[in-house]
Amino acid sequence: MATLLPFRFRSPEPTGDARMSSQTMPSSEKFISIEGIARRYPGPGGKSTTVFENLWLPMRRGEFVCMIGHSGCGKTTVLNILAGLEAPSEGVVIVDGQAIEGTSLDRAVIFQGHALLPWRTVLGNVAYAVSSRWRKAAKAEVTARARKAIATVGLAGSEHKRPSELSGGMKQRVGIARALAIEPKILLMDEPFSALDALTRGTLQDEVRRICVETGQTVFMITHDVDEAIYLADRIVLMTNGPQAKVAEIVENPLPKARDRTQLHHAPGYYALRNHLMDFLVSRSKTLRDAMPAGYDPRHPPVIRPSISEADAATPSADTAPARRA
Amino acid sequence: MATSLSARAGLVSLALLLAFLLTWQVAVGGTAKTEAMDPEYAALMGQSATTGKSAMPGPLDVGATLWKHLKDPFYDRGPNDKGLGIQLAYSIGRVALGYGLAVLVAIPIGFLIGMSPLMSRALDPFIQLLKPVSPLAWMPLALYTIKDSGLSAIFVIFICSLWPMLINTAFGVAGTRREWLNVARTLEVGPFRRAVTVILPAAAPTILTGMRISIGIAWLVIVAAEMLVGGTGIGYFVWNEWNNLSITNVITSILVIGLVGMILDQLLARAQALVTFPE
Repeated sequence: MATLLPFRFRSPEPTGDARMSSQTMPSSEKFISIEGIARRYPGPGGKSTTVFENLWLPMRRGEFVCMIGHSGCGKTTVLNILAGLEAPSEGVVIVDGQAIEGTSLDRAVIFQGHALLPWRTVLGNVAYAVSSRWRKAAKAEVTARARKAIATVGLAGSEHKRPSELSGGMKQRVGIARALAIEPKILLMDEPFSALDALTRGTLQDEVRRICVETGQTVFMITHDVDEAIYLADRIVLMTNGPQAKVAEIVENPLPKARDRTQLHHAPGYYALRNHLMDFLVSRSKTLRDAMPAGYDPRHPPVIRPSISEADAATPSADTAPARRA
Repeated sequence: MATSLSARAGLVSLALLLAFLLTWQVAVGGTAKTEAMDPEYAALMGQSATTGKSAMPGPLDVGATLWKHLKDPFYDRGPNDKGLGIQLAYSIGRVALGYGLAVLVAIPIGFLIGMSPLMSRALDPFIQLLKPVSPLAWMPLALYTIKDSGLSAIFVIFICSLWPMLINTAFGVAGTRREWLNVARTLEVGPFRRAVTVILPAAAPTILTGMRISIGIAWLVIVAAEMLVGGTGIGYFVWNEWNNLSITNVITSILVIGLVGMILDQLLARAQALVTFPE
């Protein structure tokens, strides 16, 4: 019951205390390191709009990182830079010890709008990715790998359907299979479930979580959905509003790695975390943009670990109360 | 209603056709008043003057002529008397050559324009200037430079087929969805493979639309071009029969020209259906 041990809740208010100098990730742990990237767009009159600048973010191998922020804070731009689809105006991204340059098969993207090629079948779409990864592979091997990836996302039997014959959720499953099939080092997801209905979204989140936990996949995901972030992420990156967006803080998810969607809202610490994230999106994402707390160091954004707290005591779920007291 | 819409539409079409043929037959069947004339003079005159019969052939005359042509489409009795099949074959051959050349030129250049904003802007003034020129305006220049009437006709077909295909290819290529291109980019697909596996299938329906417009224009223009260059072809045949005052043959060839044009269009429509993908 290690997770039930009470630990001090660090106040989200800027107090300028020890959390500012808090956990810096040792460089040996950094699998991905975003180092001082900026993105500027030329504006009218020779001025340029800065979406974000001096953005630093380290990620560990096998970690599931979610980025949350309002529209316009540059989340998608960060993901596109990680994918290599866009180049940063300044700064570099280092993956596995090497600065990235352009796109790579090591970094697979799951697009918001599935982006399947409509003239190819399910198998054809996945096989296209596989044959791009292993150029010299025999056709049989390509098909076998593609079929395996399709089976992983639970679409076995639909290999010969065209995307137009599939539901939204199934299309996104194919998108996931296509990304997984090339065995990437990093999976980048740009609000992959935002276009789906709630039920389908839930099932797909379960699938993604299962696959990522099983394979130890490193994932960077953008979302608007606080509950999605809580369920999936190991760490949640909070972005202030744009332009001039910043990484306000990195929230470590205190919930156990073995999560059950149906019981998640009973888990201790759930409401503290959820309230913290909601507070951020509702008000602090704006106030923090206007004035970051004293001592804010963009190279080492504060790391927060909400715990069982006063916030949890006020939760409507009564049945978690005895557990906490125990 | 048990009968389907298409069956009912077919019935209406048939009724309209019958009404048209009947009106036609009645309109040309009657005899006008004739004046008494010297028999020797009458022998020199046509039937319309002597018996009052209309010079315009009726549907039955046209039907008989059509049947005669269909029975023996490939006879060749000298330069001015060839079967309808031979004339059509010449025309279709010229269209195929000119149109085929246009495909070979328009699609690669269309790809270039669609993929490169620089080339798109650089070539735009030329295309805008040359596109509205009537293809027949090229004929004298073609005759002067090529010095061969047959080849000139092919060139005219080439130039008139070029523009719709070029513009549609460029439009289709430029309109390839960004997300599909991003898929290719994240998969590190090279430029050639990307053009063949992503851009071509994405632009194919638009390209085929251009090809369909072009084949229609080419078939329109070949008749006019052959009237000018003469010698062979269905256009020449029409003009020759006008000189022979054989209205029956003129009407027959109008029917046949329409039929061939329809077949060409339907062939391209089939090809278009093959490359169109549902989304």
